[in-house]
Amino acid sequence: MAADTVTTTEGHHPDPDVMRKTAMWAFLGSEVLFFGSLITTFLLYRTRIGDGPGPADIFDVPFTSISSFVLLMSSLTMVLAHHAAGRRDWRRMRVWLVATSLLGIVFLSGQAFEFTEFVHEGLTVSTSPFGSSFYLLTSFHGAHVAIGVLMLLATALMSWAGKLRPGEGMNVEAVGLYWHFVDIVWIVIFTVVYLLQV
Amino acid sequence: MSEATTNRRHPTPRDYWMIAGILFVITAVEVIVTYIDALDDVLAPILIVLSAAKFFLVVAWFMHLRFEAKRYRRLFLIGLVSAPILFGVVLLTFGVLIVD
Repeated sequence: MAADTVTTTEGHHPDPDVMRKTAMWAFLGSEVLFFGSLITTFLLYRTRIGDGPGPADIFDVPFTSISSFVLLMSSLTMVLAHHAAGRRDWRRMRVWLVATSLLGIVFLSGQAFEFTEFVHEGLTVSTSPFGSSFYLLTSFHGAHVAIGVLMLLATALMSWAGKLRPGEGMNVEAVGLYWHFVDIVWIVIFTVVYLLQV
Repeated sequence: MSEATTNRRHPTPRDYWMIAGILFVITAVEVIVTYIDALDDVLAPILIVLSAAKFFLVVAWFMHLRFEAKRYRRLFLIGLVSAPILFGVVLLTFGVLIVD
């Protein structure tokens, strides 16, 4: 990208906020390819179940639907945090950030419960290519959610400590973009991995 | 903000709650159609369309992409367009479709 596309109207120095935002969107674009490769791997191996259980044997769609809804609602609380940051309503921003992280923790707890159930039903990471690709994909997504939760809590704590100054609203926006991305990846995973396979 | 954005009216919390309601309804419909045997033949296209609708609602409204400068849209679209093409070719090479 040409350097002049990220300059301010006041001068020729790049605006740090624009640079950060551009970097975040570029990162998310690359993450699309990353998760695309994991989803493709799952699609290649989903029918190779060996002696282990297949998707229709173990997936609990109503349960995962609730988890999906929890993650979707965390995008709502995240965008409300971002809106509050834009209005410099820091107290409300922190409330929504913590709410978002709690919803993320609920989602992760659901995923941990689901994995435990699957292991009890005989699907481990080494049971079959289906098991390996399923755990690889969903674990990487879970790791992204966990990192997002840490980012949310760190942002809320920084604000509490007075280290998030008014001009640093971009921090909230960057965390928000990452969080929404994690949500849209799950929208795809929920459809392709769960709904279309049962 | 010093950069150019679109002239669209920026959403309010009321808009966000409305989008969340729509996302809830779409998710409920997704789950319901999965259990309707009569829709088995058209289940995949229905689910893909509903999933795409949710995806674009979140990207456009919650990630604000419809209100952002074009360069952000381009950056994200590079991944969004190239991923299905690249991995679609891989899947077709192996003779694999999303549903059998």
